[in-house]
Amino acid sequence: MNIQRMLAVMTARFREFYRDTASWSWNLIMPFMIILGFAFIFSGDTKDLYKVAVYQPEAHLTNSHPFLNTKHIKFIDVDALDTAITKVQRHQIDMLLVIPANPSEQPSYWINQYSANGYIVEKLLHQTYAEKSSALKAEFVSGKNIRYVDWVMPGVLAMNMMFSCLWGVGWVVVRYRKNGVLKRLQATPLTPFEFLSAQVIARLIIITVVTIMVFIGADIVVGFTMRGSYLALFLVFFSGAACLTSMGLVVATRLKTEEVADGFLNLISWPMMIFSGVWFSMEGTHPVALFISQLFPLTYLVEASRRIMIDGAGVTGVAFEILLLSGLTLLLLSISARLFRWS
Amino acid sequence: MSNILEARNLIKKYAEVTAVDGISFSLKSGDCFGLLGPNGAGKTTTMEILEGIIQADSGDILYLGEPINERFKHEIGIQFQSTSLQDFQTVKESLLMFQALYEKSADIDELIQLCHLQEFIDRDTRKLSGGQRQRLLLAIALINDPKLIFLDEPTTGLDPQSRRNFWTLIEGIKKAGKSILLTTHYMEEAYRLCDQIAIVDQGQIIIEGAPDDLLHQHFSSSVIRLPFQENVDSDNLPEDIKRVDGRYELFTDSVPDSISRLEKLGFGLGDCQISAPTLEDLFLKLTGHALRS
Repeated sequence: MNIQRMLAVMTARFREFYRDTASWSWNLIMPFMIILGFAFIFSGDTKDLYKVAVYQPEAHLTNSHPFLNTKHIKFIDVDALDTAITKVQRHQIDMLLVIPANPSEQPSYWINQYSANGYIVEKLLHQTYAEKSSALKAEFVSGKNIRYVDWVMPGVLAMNMMFSCLWGVGWVVVRYRKNGVLKRLQATPLTPFEFLSAQVIARLIIITVVTIMVFIGADIVVGFTMRGSYLALFLVFFSGAACLTSMGLVVATRLKTEEVADGFLNLISWPMMIFSGVWFSMEGTHPVALFISQLFPLTYLVEASRRIMIDGAGVTGVAFEILLLSGLTLLLLSISARLFRWS
Repeated sequence: MSNILEARNLIKKYAEVTAVDGISFSLKSGDCFGLLGPNGAGKTTTMEILEGIIQADSGDILYLGEPINERFKHEIGIQFQSTSLQDFQTVKESLLMFQALYEKSADIDELIQLCHLQEFIDRDTRKLSGGQRQRLLLAIALINDPKLIFLDEPTTGLDPQSRRNFWTLIEGIKKAGKSILLTTHYMEEAYRLCDQIAIVDQGQIIIEGAPDDLLHQHFSSSVIRLPFQENVDSDNLPEDIKRVDGRYELFTDSVPDSISRLEKLGFGLGDCQISAPTLEDLFLKLTGHALRS
């Protein structure tokens, strides 16, 4: 491996990136605008479907309480009160309804004061109980409350990384192949390993710089929650970006046109964006959807970064995700090195 | 003079098409060897096999008498027929990037002077004219001070003036002792630059040698060309007067004697053209179709 050759190719890639204003707008301005949009335009939670967790200590979920017959609300039976309260805090569910064993007692409920959905579901609950509503006991999640923008921020950062990694490597290498850049490089002493490594490292450096800029910029403007370890967040983002970049390389190993590459990259990125819990919680979704979500590296990246930023996890708290994403990176890099063709 | 490059019985097939069908030749150190032929003859495929870009199905390649090894890529320079450089880079940045890929390097300033890159050295490579671009690609091919240079149709698409300027550059490189393997379908280019040529058709070399030797072997010293004339009985002409592409052609060692003969046969000499035979004539004679077809 020749470091000088790798540096030469990386430098050329950096120039392509920072001199291409379209790349900047896509990588930097777009995620920033998305975050601003969620913070100011929609003012919080935008989901149409409400989710209410129901905790019945001594019975399974029944429709015996009138509120449980309300349409357009998904009721989820939960067994652990603490976990359910955390989910209210993290906007994964809009309300936790605690139904006592004694039918004569009124239910109590937990909501997040910063959740718009929680506010609406609370109104619906009170309307259902009408005159008896004053007997309902309201509880509010303790500690610093989490706004939807706090919850969505790790997802937006991860999503931006996903697009940047997949297209920034996959699409670019295919373009190089189509217009003859790869053929020209093949004629030099540069090896495929050096070329691929240069692409991955260049993209990791670019995505690190861009993510830090978006992170700081969004924090200044929106002031989102960051309770955990910055080192842990860096390791999660870095291993996640390496994994997604390697995934982009696999796509780029042999394809010859940008159109086909676009199709493949969309085929990968859209299901990941939908099933990895970027925009909405996968809580209470169909078991098949939950299973699919566990197949995507973006899911682990989003979950781990939320655990750090919202729950205050450290390196050990996200060690599983870091190891999983790193292992997957090695696997995907090996596959791409084996499949790669210059032309 | 020793051979710098030898191709031995190269074969490359694509599905049912044999692109290269048993090509063998040798390039002597310091020579310029031209592969001539029409589009699709197998020149570029042969060139790319020799460059190591594509693999031959069979055959051997020897560089300085030995099979191709790691040293080869460090000691050759290539100008492809069509290629692209990374975007958003200036001419100088492109040169420096390629320079960093090699252990040995030519002097960048000398290269800039040799290829006349000074006036656009800080320009984005996407904004170069055709001639400027070809000069940059030639400079990149020379960046590692190679012993052997592959030039694949380097002047295709250039205007006549740019083409002649490019030929002057190549002649300068030849004088510096570099060996060149060139493909072209411009006969004038091959005649001016090449010490040896091989005419390729349908994946095979049909003739090989020095351009003048080949012309002397196959033709008289001059060719007389006359436009089609209705008053001449085409069916009963002597065998040495051929009808080619709607005109008459006669190869001769004595122009005055032949002119008298043509007059006696009833030819009008108003639009008569007299010239030396060219490589295009040679190709036509050997294959029955024109080089640029």
